[in-house]
Amino acid sequence: MTALTRRGFLQGTAVAAGGLVVGCASPLPPAPLAGKAQVSSFDAWLHITNDDRILLYADKVEMGQGTFTVFATLVAEELEVDPQRIEVRHAPANDAFKQPIQSTGGSASAAGRFIPLRESGARAREMLLAAAAERWDVDVEALRAEDGAVLHDATRRRARYGELAEDAARQKVPREVALKSPEEFRWIGGEFPRVDAAVKARGQATYGIDARVPGLLTAVVVRPPLRGGRVISFDATAATALPGVEAVFEVPTGVAVLATNYWRARKGAALLAAKFELPEGRRYDSAAMRAEHERLLREEDGNELRHDGDVGEALELAPVTLDVEYHTTHQAHATMEPMNCTVVPGEDHVDVYIGTQTPGIVQDVVADILGLSRSQVAVHTEFLGGGFGRRFFPDVPAEAAEVAKRAGAPIKLVYSREDDIANDFYRPATAHRLRGAVDADGHPTAWHHHLVAPSLIKYMVSRMGGAMGPEWLRGTLNALAGAAGSVLPGMLGPVLSHEGAQDQPYAIENVRVASTLWDPDIHVGIWRSVGHSNNGFVVESFIDELAHAAGADPASFRRGLLAEHPRHLAVLDLVVEKSGWGTSRKQNQGIAIYESFGTVMAEVAEVSVRGDEIRVEKVTCAVHCGTAVNPNLVRAQIESGVIYGLTAAIKSQITFRDGMPVESNFHDYPMLRMNEAPQIEVHIVPSNDPPTGVGEPGTPPIAAAVANAVFATTGQRLRELPLRLATTDA
Amino acid sequence: MIEFTLNGEPRAIEIEPETPLLWAIRDELGLTGTKFGCGIGQCGACTIHLDGEPVRGCLTPVSAAAGRAVTTIEGLDPDGEHPLQRAWIELSVPQCGYCQSGQIMSAAALLSGNAAPSDADIDDAMNGNICRCGSYGRIRAAIHRAAALREEEGSA
Repeated sequence: MTALTRRGFLQGTAVAAGGLVVGCASPLPPAPLAGKAQVSSFDAWLHITNDDRILLYADKVEMGQGTFTVFATLVAEELEVDPQRIEVRHAPANDAFKQPIQSTGGSASAAGRFIPLRESGARAREMLLAAAAERWDVDVEALRAEDGAVLHDATRRRARYGELAEDAARQKVPREVALKSPEEFRWIGGEFPRVDAAVKARGQATYGIDARVPGLLTAVVVRPPLRGGRVISFDATAATALPGVEAVFEVPTGVAVLATNYWRARKGAALLAAKFELPEGRRYDSAAMRAEHERLLREEDGNELRHDGDVGEALELAPVTLDVEYHTTHQAHATMEPMNCTVVPGEDHVDVYIGTQTPGIVQDVVADILGLSRSQVAVHTEFLGGGFGRRFFPDVPAEAAEVAKRAGAPIKLVYSREDDIANDFYRPATAHRLRGAVDADGHPTAWHHHLVAPSLIKYMVSRMGGAMGPEWLRGTLNALAGAAGSVLPGMLGPVLSHEGAQDQPYAIENVRVASTLWDPDIHVGIWRSVGHSNNGFVVESFIDELAHAAGADPASFRRGLLAEHPRHLAVLDLVVEKSGWGTSRKQNQGIAIYESFGTVMAEVAEVSVRGDEIRVEKVTCAVHCGTAVNPNLVRAQIESGVIYGLTAAIKSQITFRDGMPVESNFHDYPMLRMNEAPQIEVHIVPSNDPPTGVGEPGTPPIAAAVANAVFATTGQRLRELPLRLATTDA
Repeated sequence: MIEFTLNGEPRAIEIEPETPLLWAIRDELGLTGTKFGCGIGQCGACTIHLDGEPVRGCLTPVSAAAGRAVTTIEGLDPDGEHPLQRAWIELSVPQCGYCQSGQIMSAAALLSGNAAPSDADIDDAMNGNICRCGSYGRIRAAIHRAAALREEEGSA
């Protein structure tokens, strides 16, 4: 049995502000299980057992970006223990972690928790010191905390944190704690290995798809080829005759086949002969979209997002002007772990096992579907086999709850890769008209950017409302969120799709940025770096075009326009130095600088071209992300963001025909592989500023850096993703 | 009844013979370190060894394992201390980690036949394994590191 030191944690709750607890009445989450040990909770995150284990609930999920390691580091720094000693687990879905939704995204985990988690460690340290002072009847000033123990040097007494935890959790919670200054950091800024590396190298890490409970059936769902389609008929006879196929029934999204293993369920699903009625109306088609995008770019003026000076006049007066179009394409997230969710109904509650970016929404959605209160839904977050924004959406747990509701038995819903790609919330395809002017001195005088794009909030917020408020308001809040998702884009334009376009940083006197909302009527969503992933390509390619039009070196040209942006200048200078930019042997380089999620990145790509194949040989990166809590993890995230963006830049795309995605699996939606991966160097600008995001900022500049390098190498300006050279066949 | 050894233990399962080894191992025998990624042999997440040779578990029917030795990530080393696993940890290779069992099994097959692989050898052996987190550079470095660890320990 796990015993809790209840008084301690109630005290902890009252003062454990740090941005965590919304309202002072929020209960703490149940303490983590620790075998027979007694667990003392210091706040919602931090728990210490009487057998000297330190347990930390991470309320930002681990999807590869390193939250477990970073969170352990932040607490350990102030608690005075080795971060490797801290056992990190995913926090359960719990109101204590709402702010206003328990979710992970926006490259905000390290940035948002930098102070609160250090305060958590510092508070616990002070309480442990106070407990020792009381026990030994000495002055607290005579004590010090070191390496997981409290020491009294005068009497050479020493007590491990575990020995003090129960008494410590009863101490008065300090209202304010002093945090270390950067010079005092012992662990922050260090390079020790990831805390989750060992389980992941040994096949011991459990992902959602690895959930195992007694009596579990695997469910696959056969869905209509178009979202919104309806089942007309199916024949379960052949499927249920197969060994191990236990049930076949209709659910709102299609027909579910339940079997004792995945393979049997999949075989059964192939035998249903299901017929569907497909929704009426326009069928989304990539070629038709392209024609429509081009028409809108030429005929519409767009809703103005920004207008400095007089762009029209500047374009008329300039001796050199450019007027070009850029186009981007859909991408699927294609997380390595296909979508899945396990729902285990119990007497008066359910257990949900899932790798999700939104435990709070999962809990609310499953409770809603099963007619339970949120407190009856235990969400067990497992490691995520990739997130990239896909695991923000609650469609999969909703479908799993519908299956479990009818099955009345534990089920694990598993998507095939084909299901995964066909039912994604895709990166939007966007279109951009860029007009620019350069004066006789080579100085840019106008920048006019009109983009056509969908809003990305429609599907993102549709089930968000209910999770934000009390349960009795769920219906109202969901309706409000849904209305906001539908109405706001009409007022504000393509929300999130335009981020990074209107705030491009270059000092140009006349700037106009405008947008036209165009809804493709398919599910679009947030894909690693969201709107920046497309706008990074467009903005950083076009500034390069202006540099060449001005006859200037692209790095120097940018430098001249970034005087007001010291962090941009810092990364620019660093990447120029480290990449050997401008030296005589480097004729194949392209540069891009881009800010997203509070972080400024510069990337220099070096390419080689053989026939019509673009090969990226090397990418040199410079990043300004404030304090690098673990520089090794920062480098890993930038490397990751570069590869993710590069895959979309040169490898793959999702196209639509007759309303359906054409690509279905990795044979026709290819991913960058090891033999195609460039060497990547990441250089970090030293800084003691608060940390900013690193999970996403590596992605936006890479397509432009490569396109700019291709231009330097071949003279071809590629304005469409994925980048394709004109074939040289005569 | 199909019999084979799994990580050195004799196992027998009653199952349709065309069931892919991936699902026999994961769903019937309960070892979940081997991962499902694509089902068509394109991503390598399900890479396991059949008599020491790397195969894709999603395409190999369980009948093909009859009388043979199957090794998964859980059985690569009794203590999880294979030089590759130590190198993976030392260099913080995994990010989300989902593909890494397959990556390590492909790399282990490479190292068993090539004690000091070149970058080109690594490309050839590893380009069937996709990593969406883009850990390729670290995987390459870790394979070199594991080769060096083996060399050091072999000569010690």
